[in-house]
Amino acid sequence: MKTFKIGGIHPPQNKLSANKGTERLPLPKLVVIPLHQSLGAPSTLLVKKGENVKVGSLLAKSSGFISANIHSSVSGKVTKIDKVLDSSGYRKDAVFIEVEGDEWEESIDRTEKLIEEFNLSSEEIIAKIEQAGIVGLGGATFPTNVKLMSGNGKIDTLIINATECEPYLTDDHSLMLEKGREILIGIKILMKALGVNRAIIGIENNKKDAIEHLSALASEYNGIEVVALEVKYPQGGEKQLIDALIGRQVPSGKLPADVGTVVQNVGTTFAVYEAVQKNKPLFERLVTVTGKSLSKPMDVWARIGTPVRNLIEYAGGLPENTGKIIAGGPMMGKAIINMDVPVTKGMSGVLILSDKESLRKESRNCIRCGKCVKICPMGLVPSYLMTLTDFEEWEKAENFNITDCLECGSCSYTCPSNRPLLDYIRLGKGKVNQIIRNRK
Amino acid sequence: MMEKLIVSPSPHIHSGDTVEKKMYGVLIALIPTFIVSLIFFGLGALIVTIASVFFCVLFEFLIQKFLMKVKPTVMDGSAMLTGVLLAFNLPSNLPVWIIMIGALVAIGIGKLTFGGLGNNIFNPALVGRVFLLISFPAPMTTWPEPGLFPMNYLDATTGATVLNKIENHFGTIPDYFSLLLGNMGGSLGEVGALAILLGFLFMLWKKIIQWYIPVFVVLTVFAFTGIMNLINPVEYASPVIHILSGGLLLGAVFMATDYVTSPMTKAGMIIYAIGIGVITSIIRLWGAYPEGVSFAILIMNAITPLLNTYLKPKRYGVKIKNG
Repeated sequence: MKTFKIGGIHPPQNKLSANKGTERLPLPKLVVIPLHQSLGAPSTLLVKKGENVKVGSLLAKSSGFISANIHSSVSGKVTKIDKVLDSSGYRKDAVFIEVEGDEWEESIDRTEKLIEEFNLSSEEIIAKIEQAGIVGLGGATFPTNVKLMSGNGKIDTLIINATECEPYLTDDHSLMLEKGREILIGIKILMKALGVNRAIIGIENNKKDAIEHLSALASEYNGIEVVALEVKYPQGGEKQLIDALIGRQVPSGKLPADVGTVVQNVGTTFAVYEAVQKNKPLFERLVTVTGKSLSKPMDVWARIGTPVRNLIEYAGGLPENTGKIIAGGPMMGKAIINMDVPVTKGMSGVLILSDKESLRKESRNCIRCGKCVKICPMGLVPSYLMTLTDFEEWEKAENFNITDCLECGSCSYTCPSNRPLLDYIRLGKGKVNQIIRNRK
Repeated sequence: MMEKLIVSPSPHIHSGDTVEKKMYGVLIALIPTFIVSLIFFGLGALIVTIASVFFCVLFEFLIQKFLMKVKPTVMDGSAMLTGVLLAFNLPSNLPVWIIMIGALVAIGIGKLTFGGLGNNIFNPALVGRVFLLISFPAPMTTWPEPGLFPMNYLDATTGATVLNKIENHFGTIPDYFSLLLGNMGGSLGEVGALAILLGFLFMLWKKIIQWYIPVFVVLTVFAFTGIMNLINPVEYASPVIHILSGGLLLGAVFMATDYVTSPMTKAGMIIYAIGIGVITSIIRLWGAYPEGVSFAILIMNAITPLLNTYLKPKRYGVKIKNG
């Protein structure tokens, strides 16, 4: 079975919410929609306090080359524009909307009817995707239209990331089981936009039902292939997935397009289907609400801007012994500060860890066992990069390719001495990147 | 309601692996070797091992508590491991007071002067062993003859080791079967080839070590002594005898693979192992000592920081350099 060549770890899967179907979260009373939900520049605000909006109304528009439109996820009245703490831990401008009813913009097709046919040019598709404010839903939140343009004309293969290698998360899995055909149409649309005839869906082998389901459906579509992958973290890392599926490696500092491919998350393909075929902007997503202490782990459809509190309460309420709430998975997700943090486009999961699970053990001397070297999927020397950061040896850190680190956390996860390797490397990487920028 | 949540950077989970698991894992891997030493050297093996472990742990505790004034780390298993490895490198009739000096040098000088586990450059057990070898050459090179659970300690009958016989061209070499089982004179832990291999397999299974170092050390010695044996079979013993006798297997499996003092990258490990193999062979064939594994490992320990710095692992996205 295929997998990436360098490094990798096998954390416990803990897919507690798998095969439990999805539910639709009841509408909240108030949504808080941050204006900065993608990589790049924050979006420019278009609405004022007191204004009435509908589901799908444009709240803020893309403000630069890398930026994305933001739409209202509910109908109601804008009560204020204020700062809010989002999952990044920073205070960001956000639109507060008091929910009244559930009135959608007329242009959106609210029916469940599947629409197979599309007759748009590549430019028209990309424009629609840009209009709908679609960003990478795997968590990186890179604007999808920009990614498609970066690949246009240079690539031969579209890769669909359905690995879901993060422990606990199951939203992509549920989506594939429930919206298989929509996903395939979305992939067809992306293939047209990119001008390629070949797409590969990479799914880790712990989701056999999804592999079977999509393989059966894919046989009806030309050029789409489903490939089962060995279960190994971080298979869903863009660079690792490209290596695993088509055996190409993206050189340091280059983009996947430079080796002839573009990677899109499977959730993104569904959003693309909805945007292009249903005129539906990205204002809701599937979120895994999970944790060993949570009474009902599940995948829920939540409107963007819904406080995380509502999701947790819907899944059985916050357990007494909660230590951490994480936006995303346990390996790369971010610990959030309180339950008022809103769901954003990039939030694939809400994970509850008990206080016991949240505790870090005391860090001890490096015993140079070499585990971190063996498992680093980028082939770096994490222990040495940590030391170089500690001693502020930026030049050496650059020579040891600290900027290649994808922050997957495998090193910290593995270290028998509990050393905070990634904490240091992240700092060092930021510093070295800053030095490189200043040099230009 | 105001929840108090812990906020820290990712990753939020840990494998649960610890230094203890690694150290105790190696200790478990050493059990078969210990049993073999008990069978052939009896009471002496027991006394030497207990004394060595006791003094290593004691000195680590005392030095950390009263000289370094840090929280003692004796429970992490590393001092115990040093004690066992030191004992396995000693003859089973060595007096306790010499063992005590060896333990003091191993832990005090070999390990704690550098700052404790993780910071030492040289394998502590080998530092202690080589110190004793140079300071007390006579008791360190008279090994008891193997018996069957012999109940004597200081009064054991002594004889020459296989390597001694080869070096000085006298006596009969035991057959391969005895060599495999360990029925020969030598230090406590170095005689039982099969038992050491069992420990090696256990450590591979538990992913405590990678296979590169032991395999490349043995292959190098085999190739080196094999070529010399082909050139002059009268002067140079067969490579199989070189591998099955002396401390080669013990050193290759348990001493050269010491995390702290061996390289971290695959390329580094292979070069380090070949270095150990070559130096061991040279000392054995032409040096003043019949055995050279300890010196070879210590010399390569010194080069390890260089290997760690210059031999980077295979990086993602780099196919051929300058290609």
